Amino acid sequence: MRFSLEKRDSKSRKMTILVPILSLLLSFLLGAIVLGLNNANPIQTYSAMAKGAFGSQSKIQFTLVKAIPLLLCGLAVGIAFRLKFWNIGAEGQYVSGAIGITWVMQFWTFLPNWMLLPVGILVGVIFGAIWGGIPGVLKAQWSVDETLATLMLNYIIIGYAEYLYINAWKAPRGNMGTVRYPEFAWLPRIWGRVHAGVFFALILVAVLWFVLYKTRWGFELNMIGKNQRAARCQGVSIKKNIIVAMLISGGIAGLAGAIDSAAVTHQLTKGVDAGYGFTGIIIAWMSGLNPIVSIFIALLMAALETGSDALQITLKLPAAMGEVLQGLILIPLLAGTVFTEYHLRIQGKHKEIST
Amino acid sequence: MHEITPEDTPVVRMVGITKRFPGVLANDSVDLTLHRGEVLALLGENGAGKSTLMNMLVGLYRPDTGDIYVHGKLAEINSPQDSMALGIGMIHQEFMLVGNMTVAENIILGMKDLPLVPRIAEIKKNITDLSKRYGLQVDPDKTVHDLSVGEQQRVEILKLLYRGAEILILDEPTAVLTPGEARDLNEILKKMLQEGKSAIFITHKMDEVMEFSHTVQVLRRGKSVNVCPTSSIKRIQDLANMMVGRDILFSLDRGPFKPGEILLEAKNLVMDSLVGGGKRVLDDVSFSLRGGEILGIAGVAGNGQQQLTEALTGLMMVNGGQVFIKGKDHTNKTPLQIIKSGVSHIPADRGRMGVVGDMSVGDNLSMKKYRTKELSDHSIIKRSWVRLFAERLIETFTIKTPSQDTSVKFLSGGNIQKTILAREIDSCGGILIAVYPSRGLDVGATEAVRQNIIKQRDMGNAVLLVSEELEELLMVADKVAVMFEGRIMDIMDVKDAKTEELGMLMAGVERGEI
Repeated sequence: MRFSLEKRDSKSRKMTILVPILSLLLSFLLGAIVLGLNNANPIQTYSAMAKGAFGSQSKIQFTLVKAIPLLLCGLAVGIAFRLKFWNIGAEGQYVSGAIGITWVMQFWTFLPNWMLLPVGILVGVIFGAIWGGIPGVLKAQWSVDETLATLMLNYIIIGYAEYLYINAWKAPRGNMGTVRYPEFAWLPRIWGRVHAGVFFALILVAVLWFVLYKTRWGFELNMIGKNQRAARCQGVSIKKNIIVAMLISGGIAGLAGAIDSAAVTHQLTKGVDAGYGFTGIIIAWMSGLNPIVSIFIALLMAALETGSDALQITLKLPAAMGEVLQGLILIPLLAGTVFTEYHLRIQGKHKEIST
Repeated sequence: MHEITPEDTPVVRMVGITKRFPGVLANDSVDLTLHRGEVLALLGENGAGKSTLMNMLVGLYRPDTGDIYVHGKLAEINSPQDSMALGIGMIHQEFMLVGNMTVAENIILGMKDLPLVPRIAEIKKNITDLSKRYGLQVDPDKTVHDLSVGEQQRVEILKLLYRGAEILILDEPTAVLTPGEARDLNEILKKMLQEGKSAIFITHKMDEVMEFSHTVQVLRRGKSVNVCPTSSIKRIQDLANMMVGRDILFSLDRGPFKPGEILLEAKNLVMDSLVGGGKRVLDDVSFSLRGGEILGIAGVAGNGQQQLTEALTGLMMVNGGQVFIKGKDHTNKTPLQIIKSGVSHIPADRGRMGVVGDMSVGDNLSMKKYRTKELSDHSIIKRSWVRLFAERLIETFTIKTPSQDTSVKFLSGGNIQKTILAREIDSCGGILIAVYPSRGLDVGATEAVRQNIIKQRDMGNAVLLVSEELEELLMVADKVAVMFEGRIMDIMDVKDAKTEELGMLMAGVERGEI
């Protein structure tokens, strides 16, 4: 018996939808094996996680609060990925945004009270955009590899943030963290813990969907991402678009950092690098760079995170188990996308089965 | 060519070979027989299944059904290593050489039974012996990227001979050669045949069949439609009809030559390469091109033609000289500025520069006009207009596609080229630059491409046509310029041009020396 992959005549629509769902199921199955090896009952574990994520109103709220920065980071990474610009620096751009808003909250006291929050968020966005723009310019002007550049910039900004909250900007009391933002400048809550950041995220989804699928610029990004040389022959400027896309990508990640600081932590402190930027990579990839699909993937990832916190409490399992599952989700998906363009042929001696 | 003596057992016999790809029957129970000392020409249009058949002989594909016998024995060929062990070697269109290694290193690269530290001196001696024996002049110490295309091909042949190949398969071997180099190749082949080696060569050029082969086998749509001794062919036209299955035009309709104003002008263009130590790739290139005129650029690929067209379209910068479009200086402007001044471009590499394979036919057709009022409004693309626009072009240019939503990469080469042609001609604002527009296309598609180019000229547009086929240039162009090592050797009227003379210029022989 022989297995062979054969190219389809055209991209299969059915498979484009089926593959992510099946690979999700497969990753839960793989996760079950990992759990089994650690002497944990998979069904019990999964149900504990589901309860931890959605078991009560306050748990749903927790999950939603996590989903907001995750969704924003997913959108941010997705824009850069459209250009095949591998921005793995959303984490740093997120932290940069958090530094930006904290700077305003701490030192721009000359502003009228009502302006502090909007200006703070704006400065956060600009900080994120700068941190994303640097590797963009480096790539466009001198072809500096963006993967390394964005990765290294993460370490720089995370280290700098640490210096700020431990040293330069440390509140007089305690051993770390800045002074809390004034309460009138917090981002208001709308339902329990869930804050107004959810509107930012959803509006941005709509705007991005429109820009990416309906405008000339979205068309150009698509061309560049899929064939840079052809795009150039058609008169599309590669350099300009890389820089613009990275400013926007960094800006959105910065927005995520600013919103989370203004709504949840109310200060710059340890834990600002919570990994949302990295999880954003998984979200962008799993959603097929589609902003609307990103909403659901972000919710799933948030649920995995809150759910695995519950594991620790109810089953005494390490919370890292959730991270293991997150990682496992991507592998079957990456492997599975091959079936959208190819189909498997199994050749026996006499019969042929094709899917 | 010398006579062949048919023996009892052919060196290769393929029986009832069938190979199916999704949606395509690439080979339909094809039989093929090759004798010792024989040259078999495998003739057919693109997509006729020639390469597929040969790829099965060298183990790149496996037949769905059918058997292959080598020297009378049933052979299981699962990989190129297997075929090499049977003495079968193939020279592909794209050479498989490592540019920054020497000839000798390339020849032994990948050989299995080499000692850990190969004795280079001995190997070099063997190579020199081989090259003397067959008249394949190559210096084993030279680095491959310093070699001409013809020399690189010789290295490929040496590579096979060194490994003891008895049966050589050559995929369109003369496509990249000057007429002189092609004649050298013919001599080399003759010497090898005298030693009892055999060859199959794939081609879609009829004159080569007549010149090189003992036997010709014609494939059409995966089926073998004819096998006969080359000497029995009376007229080339018969071969062409066999290949296409219908009568084809050997001359094209064209209006009278009515040159208008100068639309495109290059003055003393100079360009130095960005890599490889700043070699001069364009050297004082000047020409002017009028509306209603086709200027052909002849030359062996890699003599600056591509750099010239990329300089004209803004994709590469020149170091000196000027480009005038419709009388205005457009030297080193961006591609967008040049597009807006009315220049359309059919690029050399259609897959990598001409289309975005992962985007739909409709999207690819609108890639020039999406920024105009016709297809977008305040930077928002009018989707329904794009659909109508694409539908119209697909119909006008008879692009064969399941729908306009199909990704371009799923189309055949000819239809991909038609997609590019449709887009560029539709948006053409007076000047069309076409680079190898019919390269690799079958007779039918080639005819369509040429006819469309001539139509542009008859409409009063200026056309710059870069081609490596003299036949095409003589048929299509009004004037022809020959490029060699970045220089324009001469520009002449097509009606005064002779193939032999053009061939000499292409090989770098100055006019005075002829």
